[in-house]
Amino acid sequence: MVSTSARESALAHRNAVIALAGNPNAGKTSTFNALTGAFQQVSNYPGVTVSIKEGTAHHAGVDYSIVDLPGIYSLTAYSQEEMVARNFILDGQVDVVVDVLDSSNLERNLYLAAQLLEMRTPMVLALNMMDIAHKRGITLDARALSVRIGVPVVVISGNRGEGMPELLAACASAIAAGPPEATHTVDYGHEVEEAIERLTADVAGVAELAARYEPRWLAVKLVENDESAGAVVQQLGATFLLERAQAEMQVIERHYHEDAATVIAERRYGFAAGATRDCTRPTGEARQFATERIDAVMCHRVLGPILLVAVVASLFVWVFKISDEWAWIPWFGGWLSPTGWMAWCFEELAQVCAPLENEAPMLHSLIAHALIGGVGGVMEFVPLIFVMFLFIAALEDTGYVARVAFILDKVLHIFGMQGKSIIAMIVSGGLGAGGCAVPGVLATRTLREEKDRLVTMLVVPFMNCGAKMPVYAMLIAAFFPAHRTPVMLVMWLLSWCVALGAAWFLRHYVIRGEQTPFVMELPPYHIPVLRSVVLHAWDRTWMYGRKAGTIILCISVLMWALMYFPQLPEDAGLRMSPNERAAAGLAHSFAGRVGQAMAPVSELAGFDWQTNIALMGGFAAKEVVVGTLGTSYSMGEIEAKEASPLSERLAKDPDWDAVRAFAMMVFVMIYAPCLATMSAIRRESGSWKWALFSTGFNTAVAFVLAVVVFQTGRAMGLGHL
Amino acid sequence: MTLFDMVSGDTGRIVRISGAGPKGIRQRLLDMGVTRGTEVRVERHAPLGDPVEISIKGYCLALRMQEAQEIEVEPISGVCVPPA
Repeated sequence: MVSTSARESALAHRNAVIALAGNPNAGKTSTFNALTGAFQQVSNYPGVTVSIKEGTAHHAGVDYSIVDLPGIYSLTAYSQEEMVARNFILDGQVDVVVDVLDSSNLERNLYLAAQLLEMRTPMVLALNMMDIAHKRGITLDARALSVRIGVPVVVISGNRGEGMPELLAACASAIAAGPPEATHTVDYGHEVEEAIERLTADVAGVAELAARYEPRWLAVKLVENDESAGAVVQQLGATFLLERAQAEMQVIERHYHEDAATVIAERRYGFAAGATRDCTRPTGEARQFATERIDAVMCHRVLGPILLVAVVASLFVWVFKISDEWAWIPWFGGWLSPTGWMAWCFEELAQVCAPLENEAPMLHSLIAHALIGGVGGVMEFVPLIFVMFLFIAALEDTGYVARVAFILDKVLHIFGMQGKSIIAMIVSGGLGAGGCAVPGVLATRTLREEKDRLVTMLVVPFMNCGAKMPVYAMLIAAFFPAHRTPVMLVMWLLSWCVALGAAWFLRHYVIRGEQTPFVMELPPYHIPVLRSVVLHAWDRTWMYGRKAGTIILCISVLMWALMYFPQLPEDAGLRMSPNERAAAGLAHSFAGRVGQAMAPVSELAGFDWQTNIALMGGFAAKEVVVGTLGTSYSMGEIEAKEASPLSERLAKDPDWDAVRAFAMMVFVMIYAPCLATMSAIRRESGSWKWALFSTGFNTAVAFVLAVVVFQTGRAMGLGHL
Repeated sequence: MTLFDMVSGDTGRIVRISGAGPKGIRQRLLDMGVTRGTEVRVERHAPLGDPVEISIKGYCLALRMQEAQEIEVEPISGVCVPPA
């Protein structure tokens, strides 16, 4: 999980490496931004910073590589983030660790510092959020803390970017001074200390271990019964160490009537509490915390859920308001909008390429379909996605998202997920107004529990992502013009029902096992910082947009080839109009043949072979469904933005009616995740197995539901609403 | 008595975390500051009664009632506000 490239590039530069460690919400990321000016987000939500990011800082003529470790509370082997941070420091590439501390919450923050100290890497404590501590009626004495802990302490403000030169200067002198004195680490009490001392001597006796680990640190980990430390020792064949550690643990347990890990954790908190007492004093002016007052409303039994719905509704309004002006549902708006501007770029490109049609028809077709149709379709949604992510990023920055998790945990728990799953589902489009499953799958990293995470990852593609919107919009315009809002609402509700139902099914029949616990900090509310909100939204939009240039381009070319070859014989269809000939060509192509072969089965759901081809295109990216449908219905070039001819065409087609349109909308909502999402699932779950599973499973569910909708609708004689 | 039995506004002192439940959860609770002798106050329950939000060591922590059941507490009388 550790980003090797970050380490390699750090090595290649031969800069001193400064690793930022700290609790989630301690302001580590804003400190990183202040040091490096890099694109990254501040986050109030536990664990958004999971991947390791690297940047560069300069001070006094020296370059430093700054590495942002995941936000963690401890250094156990129970969580991925903690293992990542711990291994990164253990690997010995770190010259100095900066532990960023939330001054208003010093005791729990120092609990981590106590553990970092034991690793005996040069260290600096950065006291962040002093202003909040003051508001809470606490003053802090940095010098007293420095004396107590035995490492330099610097007061900083990550949000305002203050104290960075001092922090870098302290890092430089900490590197020069070498590892901190061992005398300032936690005293675990007589019995435990003796046990640790004996084990330390044993560890030091094993050359391979002593070379890589601080012996005392490893000894403590062994007494804590740390799985990962045990595995390392076992691997080196030093099994006798494990036996000794077991024996020591038993001695400790007999003495304290508690297991050794508990005794050690309590002692560390004792150390943290002592250090906190020594360096803080109350000013006696504690105001009632705003957070408590806000939470009394936000998490209220009755008001809480109402406000939650209101927040969701305001996101709808925000995106729809913008989208009305920005032509979000592409053919309703004006051309001055950013979406329209994007489209204009691609139209201009089409104009430029138009002369090619006669000179090089194949190249023209490739550019028109693969580049403009495929990539252009995705790019048009970029401004919309950005607007939506702005809102969500601001919401995350306030700390409200953790409350959403708190309020909804019970419900999601029933279906085998947990409160935090909601973030991934919202990012994927769970609020019904666009989104993207790719960042959604990545957002599951905030879930520490592997099974909950996997289930969430597998159900986020059911959400209504931005790419499904043009399909809905086109079909709604054709068959439900008077019921636009209720139909969208039904689609939104349905996506949630399917996602929750699938989660329940997966948890009961596929990914079984005990449900994992849920322990989450509710961070204090913050006013979002504009810069970080924009950066955060930009990061995610970039993730969405990037697939346009890579995967979607490749797939578009592939799909184009499948639909272009083999071509009609020269002499065929001479009397047809160009559009008819295009449709005949498509029918003749590989994709057309597969579509026709599948028609007998797909007819059950009301899909003809033209629809099949369009849906096949959607395996690559849902963006191409509308365009392909247009081609296969002899409409010639259909820009998603100008799909109204297709809408009109379908509305007049006697074979199409509202039931069939709705069955298709249901199918598009549920069936196989696009390739970009599949590759994200593969990367995040660690195997192709789950990516392929989701393709097969989702398509099967989608088909069954589409058949049910179509056949029920037909049986009830519904059709023209 | 466990944290499960406390209602909003109740203050108590942690006696122990009982051994039941998965191995990781005990360590996780310890890491979050749920240690013997620590004062906790139940801030509120989620609208559906689960999870519960507690104030501990000057910050707020949410945990499920299932976990709350594992945390033994003794009630503190006459104390309304735990120290920040």
